[in-house]
Amino acid sequence: MFSTFTHPALILIAGALILPFVRGPLRRPYLFLVPLLSMAAVVANSSLTGQHGLVQFLDWQLVFGRVDRLSTIFALIMGLMAIIGTLYGLHVDNAKEHMAAWFYVAGSLGTIYSGDYLSLFLFWEMMAFASTFLIWFRRGKGSLAAGYRYLLIHTIGGIILLAGIMLRYQAVGDIAFNLLDVKHPELYTWLIMIGFGLNAAIVPLHSWLPDAYSEASFNGSVFMCAFTTKTAVYVLARGFAGFDILVLLGVVMALYGVIYAVMENDIRKLLAWSIVSQVGYMVAGIGIGSEMAINGASAHAVAHILYKGLLFMGTGSVLYMTGKTKFTELGGLYKKMPATMICTVVGCLSISGVPLFAAFVSKGMIVGAGFESHLNWAAWLLMFGATGTFMYNGLKLPYFLFFGDNNCSNETWAKAADPPWNMQMAMSTGAILCIVVGSVPALLYALLPYPVDYHPYGGYHIAETLQIIGFASLAFFMLKKYLVPEDKICLDMDWLYRKAGSSFLWIAKNPIQWFDTAWGEAYRVVGLGSLMTTARFWSWFDWHGIDGVVDGLARSVRAIGDRVRTLQSGQIQYTIYFAATFAAIVLIAYVFLQLS
Amino acid sequence: MNKLIDYLRERLPNVVWTCYGILALVLAYSLVVDTSHAHTWVEKHIPFFWSFFGFGAAAAVIGFARWYGHSGIMTRPDYYDQDAECNGTCATTKSSGEHA
Repeated sequence: MFSTFTHPALILIAGALILPFVRGPLRRPYLFLVPLLSMAAVVANSSLTGQHGLVQFLDWQLVFGRVDRLSTIFALIMGLMAIIGTLYGLHVDNAKEHMAAWFYVAGSLGTIYSGDYLSLFLFWEMMAFASTFLIWFRRGKGSLAAGYRYLLIHTIGGIILLAGIMLRYQAVGDIAFNLLDVKHPELYTWLIMIGFGLNAAIVPLHSWLPDAYSEASFNGSVFMCAFTTKTAVYVLARGFAGFDILVLLGVVMALYGVIYAVMENDIRKLLAWSIVSQVGYMVAGIGIGSEMAINGASAHAVAHILYKGLLFMGTGSVLYMTGKTKFTELGGLYKKMPATMICTVVGCLSISGVPLFAAFVSKGMIVGAGFESHLNWAAWLLMFGATGTFMYNGLKLPYFLFFGDNNCSNETWAKAADPPWNMQMAMSTGAILCIVVGSVPALLYALLPYPVDYHPYGGYHIAETLQIIGFASLAFFMLKKYLVPEDKICLDMDWLYRKAGSSFLWIAKNPIQWFDTAWGEAYRVVGLGSLMTTARFWSWFDWHGIDGVVDGLARSVRAIGDRVRTLQSGQIQYTIYFAATFAAIVLIAYVFLQLS
Repeated sequence: MNKLIDYLRERLPNVVWTCYGILALVLAYSLVVDTSHAHTWVEKHIPFFWSFFGFGAAAAVIGFARWYGHSGIMTRPDYYDQDAECNGTCATTKSSGEHA
């Protein structure tokens, strides 16, 4: 279909702009067709290599189509997720939601194919702004504020990234986006890393993620869970492979996300914390930087998009059907939502790294790369985090949502049911792909950036995994009374800026407002009175002083004028008379003065 | 599916004993598996190492999360609502209808 490079982002953007005009029975086929065409472009591009879509802009060479194995694997999974996500929300009538989602995916694909910082930044910001609308479109109690917080944080991140790009351009003189010199980092290296890292939800720049994803619309979060963080993983893998600090940051993310997910009462926020944790594995893999680690990070990104999308579809179905997202308001739903339960459990098994499911073939590559690079501390802590992941996502989520105590109100229970056909079809597709990737890993490994020498289905790896899963399950059922969800929220680092924002408002509304009011009153009483007195004085002075002098002069001039006017009768003889008299007076005066 | 789950729930003791049996099989398998691919000394020389690791890590995560949560990190759900009421967004959010 496409013999040369065709940018899939253009197809999505054009599709989004035309969408409002496609109505009625054509709407749903059109919704399905556009991401399908975009995916076809990605597949066609995968047969190409090198740089395409070159545009000369001022002194800069923009590269809109850098195609290699790294960009191709990320573009393929993004294109696939756009199809699944659109299918999941196919019944949503609001065209603006689909437009926002497509612009968001276009931003992600544009970033992935960018070979220079300028076009990358353009698409990067497109992602941030488009995804904000996916939060606002929920129109929930907290969505508006969460969307503004999300936009604010990403704007700050964008400014930091832009500062890094400009400093780098000043230092290096080009805008090509390639691997940075991570062994000798400059200020711009750190700034660009922070800009990318904010989107990857690197702790402590992560709080926007659970805040925003739990407030997004039921289908908006399906898109959001896939694109922002994994696009950031891509750019980190492209620009920062082997940057040591990322190992530490990745491990911190992996553990931090686990602890908060264990405490969490909101099912979608639990999954958002899970993203922080799972992206931590990818960031750590990028920090390790070996071929096996980059392969592991890429493979885990693909697996993660599949199972996390599936999990957000499952919990999104619960939200869509019941309107609830808290464990303390749900429970026992296997009776009412069996299809949702099966698909969600597949997602839970996949993220837990159970044999035959997705993460089993990807997570082990990163941990193995850690051991092989002699970063044992990191590998052990990642294994520790993996056990925690199984506990909160493989056990806590399905147990308390589908099997535990039924906390549903009568109204919630009455509303609970499996969702519409398109949502079930999207979930089923996600579930099948999770099993395919986990069962036939060669399909995934063939797409990875480097040749793969990793065999997940060795006896030792299976024995190791089964022991961890089995005995972590034992610990869970022995200690689950300590895991019963409570109707509480967990304070995180967003407390700092939320409280800072509240403090700023308080300062604006109290001391500053008081001072402004007092100043206004003081001005009214003191300033205005003094001003009026002064004005009255100057009015009097003007009237009696300046006007007196001026008016006096004017009156004098007028009187003289009157006199002069009487002299000017218009008859020549009188004029001659007065002129001669005046000349005589002057002459006499002169003579007199000469004589005296 | 529902019938299968209900069937198993009605026979919970049998399910539990079956799980214990599976755990025993896993332990037995770990004794005979080739450990030459293990990365570290402890994996090769401590029997049932990953079983201890799995149980210990899960217990540690549960214990730490509970301690951390109840040390003040977990708080009432309306903790930030008072702030929201003050920043002028409530009027907008309350007036608009929420949809999932």
